[in-house]
Amino acid sequence: MKLFSLILLSLCTQISFAATLINGAGATFPFPLYSKWFSEYQKINSEVQINYQSIGSGGGIRQFSDKTVDFGASDAPMTDEQMQKAGAPVVHIPTVLGAVVAVYNISGVQSGLKLTPEALSAIFLGEIKKWEDPRLTKLNPELKLTGDIIVVHRSDGSGTSAVFTDYLSKVSPAWKEKVGQGTAVNWPVGLGGKGNEGVAGLVKQTPGSIGYVEFVYAEFNNLSYANLKNKTGKFVTPSLASVTSAATASIKAMPEDFRISITNAEGPGAYPLSSFTYLLVWRDTPDAEKGGQLVKFLNWAIKDGQKLASELKYSPLPKSLVAKIEAKIKTLTFGKQKG
Amino acid sequence: MSPSVPIGDVRSLSSGTLINSTKKATKLIRNFTLKRDVHLADKIFFLGLLFTSFLTVILLASIGLFLYLASEKAIAASGWQIIFRSLWDPVRDVYGVLPVLYGTLVSSLLGVIFAVPLSLGIALFTNELAPKKLATIVGFLVELLAAIPSVVYGLWGIFVLVPLLRGSIQPFLIENLGFLPIFTGPAYGVGMFTSGLILALMITPTISSISREVFRAIPHSQREAALALGATRWEMMRLSVLKSAKAGVFGAIILGLGRALGETMAVTMVIGNRAEIVASLFAPAQTMASVIANEYTEATSEIHLSTLAFVGLLLFMVTFLVNSIAHLIISKITKKHTGTF
Repeated sequence: MKLFSLILLSLCTQISFAATLINGAGATFPFPLYSKWFSEYQKINSEVQINYQSIGSGGGIRQFSDKTVDFGASDAPMTDEQMQKAGAPVVHIPTVLGAVVAVYNISGVQSGLKLTPEALSAIFLGEIKKWEDPRLTKLNPELKLTGDIIVVHRSDGSGTSAVFTDYLSKVSPAWKEKVGQGTAVNWPVGLGGKGNEGVAGLVKQTPGSIGYVEFVYAEFNNLSYANLKNKTGKFVTPSLASVTSAATASIKAMPEDFRISITNAEGPGAYPLSSFTYLLVWRDTPDAEKGGQLVKFLNWAIKDGQKLASELKYSPLPKSLVAKIEAKIKTLTFGKQKG
Repeated sequence: MSPSVPIGDVRSLSSGTLINSTKKATKLIRNFTLKRDVHLADKIFFLGLLFTSFLTVILLASIGLFLYLASEKAIAASGWQIIFRSLWDPVRDVYGVLPVLYGTLVSSLLGVIFAVPLSLGIALFTNELAPKKLATIVGFLVELLAAIPSVVYGLWGIFVLVPLLRGSIQPFLIENLGFLPIFTGPAYGVGMFTSGLILALMITPTISSISREVFRAIPHSQREAALALGATRWEMMRLSVLKSAKAGVFGAIILGLGRALGETMAVTMVIGNRAEIVASLFAPAQTMASVIANEYTEATSEIHLSTLAFVGLLLFMVTFLVNSIAHLIISKITKKHTGTF
């Protein structure tokens, strides 16, 4: 009985500590980092507890717009139409950067496959059907490429597909016209795998296959990934640094609301399949207490939080951008106290 | 003022107009609650059970209604031709559900085709041939298959079944039976054929354990009579077991089919997820349940969401239809059967 009341007492104190409960939902891609962030942040600031449901970017935007959660998270920025439907001004806060890599399984080729945007889009359009196609062997004279190509793509709607198809639409007019860009598209060829793990599993097992997954996923699963030719004509290996440099190269073109696609970025070191991931907050959070805590957290995330990012293989934000985001966070209000 | 309601009253419910029968039902309930049961506890018990049985009906109706309301936009946008179109393009918001409808029906039928001989074999063996101890063990193990989560079947499919099919079974079939259109094309490993196999494994416990119960219910005297007339073991099983158990076995198969139609996770993992109608069983396909599971979380346009709800409605109707047809057939077979005795 004593023990029981002790447990009850400790539970009560815990509840009273977590004074402010903030709920968020959205993108699955940054989930490992976000959950680390929220638990680390609670150690520093015990006044707040942040819950995050990784239900996917689409679901995050929906729940955020319906105001069932306090903040949303999305890999792709909201469209103008979605922002209008939300009913109140939305602010996008970039948190980290991610990259999509083309993974392949060719027997005897462990690494070093080079691909141009034209070759990549032709493969996914089904125009290049064999590895021994001259368009591929010319790029990779030192590699032995043979056999049929089996294309693997995501079957579920995902931010990863959105980034990948956004890039293909930019570099290939044929892709833009026939397929287009989106979280789920009508794929001209290939097999669909559910989730990063589904695509990785199919590629790992199917000789001659090529697919795309999150960079983090390819790293942790020892998949071979291709070097992509970027806008300046250099073949770039995906890495934390080359992804961040894609963001640095795009800062000049960065719009006021941070809604930008950085695929096919300029700059010699930029990896072309890079993307931001965002937290979505209201310009004025209705609940003053939640809003205040959320602003504190955002400030922590874009500074101290960035150190945790590289540990988990996410590319940190470029330093010059952090200042801009900080200025943006200052404009946020809550409960209309400041204005 | 009879203290109990004659059973005839219940029977007469089926005849007469709806209003009439509703009136009768109300009267029946009143009779039950007010006159027959003197004890309060009895009344509460009756009403409680009445409530639970009505609850399922209400639930079923409200699910159907919800799905219809949610899919109204999709129906308004493309009309009922959405069922016959085979394009699925979320970028341009154009949808047709024919390929996923086809995928669901064919993969489930394949599952049933693979599962029925296997399940009946298990049921006959455990009930008619095996020594009691062995039968208990086999029966237990088969029923254990039903307890395996579907995602585990899916993983097993990806890591064991798919490489096996791609490496040896599919190339063998393509080489030797390639003249049949259903065994053509490259051996991907994943696809319709694979999902049929996985589904067969998943519904085998259902079909075999129900069939076994049905076989067990057949009186021993029938078997003895057949054997006494000089039937071999197989003839005995065919004449006195399988023939009498027809309706029950059919019911078991339909229950299995019902599970196969709605199965999502394992199928999504091995079917290749491509909304296309191809003759070859080795080609990737897509089912209604898996397209919902795949695209619901990231669907942002209203038409896309609404179309996914429509797919749900269609799946709901298909399972409803299959079950209704099954009930009809079973009741017919049973009637014919009871007539012969």
